[in-house]
Amino acid sequence: MITIVDYQMGNLRSVQKAIERVGGEARISSDPSEIAQAEKLILPGVGAFGDAMAELNHRDLASPIRDFVASGRPFLGICLGLQLLFERGFEHGEHEGLGVIAGDVVRFAPAPQRKVPHMGWNSVVKKHDAPVLADIETGTHFYFVHSYYVRPTDPGVVALECEYGEKFCAMVWKDNIFATQFHPEKSQADGLKVLAAFEKLPATSNAS
Amino acid sequence: MLAARVIPCLDVHEGRVVKGTNFVNLRDAGDPVEVARRYEQEGADELVFLDITASHEQRETIVDVVRRTAEVVFMPLTVGGGVRTIEDVRTLLSAGCDKVSINSAACKDPDFVARAADRFGSQCIVVNIDPKRVIRDGEEVWEVHINGGRKPTGLMAVEWAKKVESLGAGEIVLTSMDADGTRDGFDIPITSAVSEAVSIPVVASGGAGCPQHLADAILLGKADAALAASIFHFGQYTIAETKQVMRDAGITVRL
Repeated sequence: MITIVDYQMGNLRSVQKAIERVGGEARISSDPSEIAQAEKLILPGVGAFGDAMAELNHRDLASPIRDFVASGRPFLGICLGLQLLFERGFEHGEHEGLGVIAGDVVRFAPAPQRKVPHMGWNSVVKKHDAPVLADIETGTHFYFVHSYYVRPTDPGVVALECEYGEKFCAMVWKDNIFATQFHPEKSQADGLKVLAAFEKLPATSNAS
Repeated sequence: MLAARVIPCLDVHEGRVVKGTNFVNLRDAGDPVEVARRYEQEGADELVFLDITASHEQRETIVDVVRRTAEVVFMPLTVGGGVRTIEDVRTLLSAGCDKVSINSAACKDPDFVARAADRFGSQCIVVNIDPKRVIRDGEEVWEVHINGGRKPTGLMAVEWAKKVESLGAGEIVLTSMDADGTRDGFDIPITSAVSEAVSIPVVASGGAGCPQHLADAILLGKADAALAASIFHFGQYTIAETKQVMRDAGITVRL
């Protein structure tokens, strides 16, 4: 059973349906104790970084999520759910994130010929063979929609890289933490492959 | 590299696709969920549902269509038509669509765009702009119209596009009222003028008659995506062959 964190930031139903499509079970929850005790956790989310952290704090979810991640159980962040893992976000001012991964979340700088948001299907380069990427090769397209991207302090955590005027991190992998900038639940068959691999990870994995 | 998107648009009336479709293997050619499935298999990059239901009472129907589609199709889904309130946006997003498209309500109350973007994020707020070439004081201008091109708003397309960007729209769907329905190709001058004036993505719409028109919208119109309805519905061209034509023209597409 996968638990999807509900903090009123975006389309959770699509994530749940995608997990069901690949043969898994998922429940949507905003209950701190259910989240702390989850077998596997997905933190989805769209919207602004500051609002999202405010919602997590307001609902007493920040600590349970940090504790869950520290427990070594499989965690998947999607889009804003990737960005929130970082120390600082700079969307509408500076905001403190969950601080699970060292680094910042910054906006794509204005550049000629570069529209922001980065919206649509872009191809990725595989940097590390993360367990959830067994069926994904360099050149695979995923669906992105975001104006901000993560800059990890340790480049070693970048599992997938993407290019949009500059190279940026499309997916982080660190021990039990998997987090994508793209939306696997909106990336048709290839996105479902990532979710299927996550769903099949051993529940009590200590991937480190 | 970011791929140019090909987006089929389905007009939905009372829960059915209208304008007709010609897919041979569909059990029910008029069921939006089945058509969406088919387009996903063909390689559509996104899908747009345009709710052309006239009465407010039937709004629930499109919500149900979205809900059922989002259960079986795993690609971005946009809904437009009759989106007037924050509650409309919330209802559609929670039913499973990813973006909502605002048209008349934006012209009547620009601040609605700002409120929606602020509440739900720019990435899910699309503004539809429908310009029409009209003569004002002996000069041609591109005036934004509402009500299917019947009602002028006094807004000029390029200025209005910049305005909705500043209000927080994440994307613009630009439908030339002169080109719409002609199948003679997109309105390239208006498309490129709007696309170059803003730094958010622009979807060209209105006038597609063959795959080359979609390629032109990207190459000449500088659009980030091209939307088409009838050329796909009538089985005249598949999305896959359209993308092949675009690739042959030197455009990055997802095949």
